[in-house]
Amino acid sequence: MRQTTTESFEKRVANHSQERYVLCLYVAGLTPRSTLAIERIRAICERYLSGRYELTVIDLYLQPEMARLAQIVVAPTLVKQSPSPKRLFIGDMTDETRILQGLQIVS
Amino acid sequence: MTKTVTKQKASPPTSLPKCKTGIPGLDEITGGGLPKGRPTLVCGGAGCGKTLMGIEFLVRGAMLHNEPGVFLAFEETAEELAQNVRSLGFDLDELIEKKKLAVDYIYIERSEIEETGEYDLEGLFIRLGHAIDSIGAKRVVLDTLETLFSGLSNLAILRSELRRLFRWLKEKGVTSVITAERGEGSLTRHGLEEYVSDCVLLLDHRVEGQISTRRLRVVKYRGSAHATNEFPFLIDEGGVSVLPITSLQLQHKASIERVSSGVPALDAMLGGHGFFRGSSVLVSGTAGVGKTSLSCHAADACCQRNERCLYIAFEESEAQLLRNMRSIGLDLEPWVKKGLLRFQVARPTMNGLEMHLASIHKQVEAFQPHLVIVDPITSFLSTGTDTEASSMMVRLVDYLKSHQITALLTNLNHAGSVLEQTSVTISSLIDTWLLLRDIELNGERNRGLYILKSRGMAHSNQIREFLLTENGVQLTEVYLGPEGVLTGSARLSQEAKEKATAVQRSLEIESKRGELARRQQALEAQIAVLQLQFQTDKEEMERDIASEQAYLEKLEQSRHEMARSRKADSNGLPAPTKKGRK
Repeated sequence: MRQTTTESFEKRVANHSQERYVLCLYVAGLTPRSTLAIERIRAICERYLSGRYELTVIDLYLQPEMARLAQIVVAPTLVKQSPSPKRLFIGDMTDETRILQGLQIVS
Repeated sequence: MTKTVTKQKASPPTSLPKCKTGIPGLDEITGGGLPKGRPTLVCGGAGCGKTLMGIEFLVRGAMLHNEPGVFLAFEETAEELAQNVRSLGFDLDELIEKKKLAVDYIYIERSEIEETGEYDLEGLFIRLGHAIDSIGAKRVVLDTLETLFSGLSNLAILRSELRRLFRWLKEKGVTSVITAERGEGSLTRHGLEEYVSDCVLLLDHRVEGQISTRRLRVVKYRGSAHATNEFPFLIDEGGVSVLPITSLQLQHKASIERVSSGVPALDAMLGGHGFFRGSSVLVSGTAGVGKTSLSCHAADACCQRNERCLYIAFEESEAQLLRNMRSIGLDLEPWVKKGLLRFQVARPTMNGLEMHLASIHKQVEAFQPHLVIVDPITSFLSTGTDTEASSMMVRLVDYLKSHQITALLTNLNHAGSVLEQTSVTISSLIDTWLLLRDIELNGERNRGLYILKSRGMAHSNQIREFLLTENGVQLTEVYLGPEGVLTGSARLSQEAKEKATAVQRSLEIESKRGELARRQQALEAQIAVLQLQFQTDKEEMERDIASEQAYLEKLEQSRHEMARSRKADSNGLPAPTKKGRK
């Protein structure tokens, strides 16, 4: 059965709360700021996306090539690779409202 | 004018170490290059060549000085960049392959970014550091760092991070170039000059009279002497060149070798041998006085010496020039075929002045001529202002002089203008100045030539009449006499008149001589007649005297005889003879 665009869109909206999140957090060394960011994003994910997220933490000092490949300029940077659209969250993740809005968890 | 620059690159050993950019001319005006291991700010408006200057700094560094470089592009992707500079002959891909160059495109899109707290630019540092370490880079270009300001909103963080970045670059010991957009009333839009204070170059792109000129100025160079003027620079198929900057020096060699002007009579006027090699010769005059013909003679003479001549013509095409010269018996075509004579024909308005200068440079470099003719230099006025044209000519003449190339320039004087003045005011640069002028007299127009000046040689102060004959240019003496200076048919008629008078005179002398001879003859004849008469008279008189004497003797005799016959007493006789007294 061939789905129309509208049907697929409606299906995705219905399944929205079920979508998997692929997140990647780039930090530069284990500075207090990095640690803080890691802790905060883990907390947010656990609270709102429990069981349907995938979070990778990458230390740019250990994998400097990743900075170029992932177009990272600022540290820390959280990249939401999925669901689209791609979003970048920079900073130590203290502004929870903006993160939730950006992740489309709340509107 | 560029000539006022005197600062030289003679630097004491303790001075700032410098990093040669390899960009022609830039190293000269910065006194040896950019400050080594320090950041340099290159600022300017859109499209003035900042990116190009940056990439050329890296490419030349990699190719000429074996210093690998990192290009951090904020505005173009690596592919776009490679494509853009390929037209300038730079093959970025090859350099990247050889690990001489690393290009990293940094993408920042504000709409994709959410700021969620405190952050730093460590990601940028890591990328840059990784790129530097991966190829052992000595040079870094950040183009254009200001993009960060549009991508990130926390200015406090950004500013402190930029400060840290420049400090970090210095610590890394890389020579870096940071480009920045020019701001209103300040050098850069976001005040980057605050952080990069070692060396600031300002690029500018101005359009005057529909012709654009790029200019470069060293605004600041901490710890180093540098040229402070605005220098025109070019972007052409060879990249950026700040050219020429030869006028920084005034140290030409002075040759004593002389070269012929192609007109023997003119050589004679110039102390007998013609121009000095490597001197600058100006031929000025109004329209149609024969400037081009004279130039072509010089070209011909040059080729006859088996030397190369570059003829830069702005008014006539090559074919037209060749045809016209044939009419005065000058066939230049064999020289062209032989490769000794090269014409560069261009419309003056085709390029800006700097482009013209650069193309002349290129031609000279490629052709290595011994003589360069620019016909006429006044054409440059149509492409720039007086000052620009004169500054350009100064540099051209300087350049040719420094290469010991004889320069022959023609200058078109407009009717009514002062003849002893060039339109582009370069007279002080000129070593030999020939002035061709019209002499209007008795309803005709003739050409006169004289030498206004000729440095370093005894030269004629006479006006010569300049004739364009079937055998080329010829100079004849003008008529200088009680009637004034006469040329053309007035001279001819005066000469004829003089000739007639002379003939008349000689005839008269002849006849007077004849007369004298005749008179002498007559006199001599008369003398002869008189002598003859005298002779006759003398003889006659002698005869008379003789006969008179004879008569007297006879008388005496007969008296004696009578006395004797009368037997008269001798007493009673007068004058008795001895015989009678006895």
